[in-house]
Amino acid sequence: MLKRFENLLVILVTILLLSPQYASAMHIMEGFLPIKWSIFWGALTLPFLLIGIKSIQKNVNLNPKLKMLLALAGAFAFVLSALKLPSVTGSCSHPTGVGLGAILFGPTAMTVLGSIVLLFQALLLAHGGITTLGANAFSMAIVGPFVAFGIYKLLNKFNSPKWLSVFLAASLGNLLTYITTSVQLALAFPSPTGGFEFSLLKFMSVFALTQIPLAISEGLLTVLIFNFLTTYNFNELKELNVLNNEKTSPISEEA
Amino acid sequence: MNKTKNIILAILVILITAIPLFIVQNGEFTGADGKAEELITTISSNYKPWFKPLWEPPSGEVESLLFTLQAAIGASFIGYFIGLAHGRKK
Repeated sequence: MLKRFENLLVILVTILLLSPQYASAMHIMEGFLPIKWSIFWGALTLPFLLIGIKSIQKNVNLNPKLKMLLALAGAFAFVLSALKLPSVTGSCSHPTGVGLGAILFGPTAMTVLGSIVLLFQALLLAHGGITTLGANAFSMAIVGPFVAFGIYKLLNKFNSPKWLSVFLAASLGNLLTYITTSVQLALAFPSPTGGFEFSLLKFMSVFALTQIPLAISEGLLTVLIFNFLTTYNFNELKELNVLNNEKTSPISEEA
Repeated sequence: MNKTKNIILAILVILITAIPLFIVQNGEFTGADGKAEELITTISSNYKPWFKPLWEPPSGEVESLLFTLQAAIGASFIGYFIGLAHGRKK
């Protein structure tokens, strides 16, 4: 896993050196996906959204106290996706904040919360868009959370320190979100000469590279809030099977 | 100790955010999604966006107001949550 990540970083840095571009990197803009792709990504997102709503209902019915924690996960994504941070590529982008909720409530719950954030930004900020909502939700609210959730569970199996699992889950979830965005754009706009691969490299240089330092920031911030939760909301985390390995020792001892 | 660790984490995030501002020469740090847009027009020059945003903030100031509002709403709740948990523990 780590080896893969290293390779990925090497590839990305190479792209950066080959094609330095000062660019911003965020969601796909309104109207910038051909209609058939808008429908395709929308249709792909919909089932995840429905499963997510069910999963949230289940959790909340089981224990109404979890509502507060769910709201916290939503608020975290809300704050982080509003912060446009400068990056080493000379442009700005923002973290997504969906990793935390994915670790706590599972990936599809964040499909719901992430889509709400995207809808808010599309309607009030002209950031992203209604016609690209499906595609943006797929990258930020499905791929991101699933990657974060998967990595967290995987690393937990290998008894990795909790802070490391949380950090890698959140950062890689963030990074993969924007790699997905690049793939989506490259699929919709393959280069007439170089095809899909050429477009993908181009879009990656715009979207994915800027994201690397932000992914690290997001990882660190997620560890910070997770530290807090293990101190104050230990029982809720146990109930959600987030801390199934531990008996009593919160993150503070091992982090 | 958790508190010390969290302070260190916060400082790291601030550093990662601030350093690009100093090391990247002539970076524009634009927030517009223009470059990807440009790229699309280079790759397929005849593509026309087929949908416009229903509403756009009339100026950069209004846009930053709404972004700030978004962050403030989220941060208020996080602050409330932390305060509540902290108080309960005492």
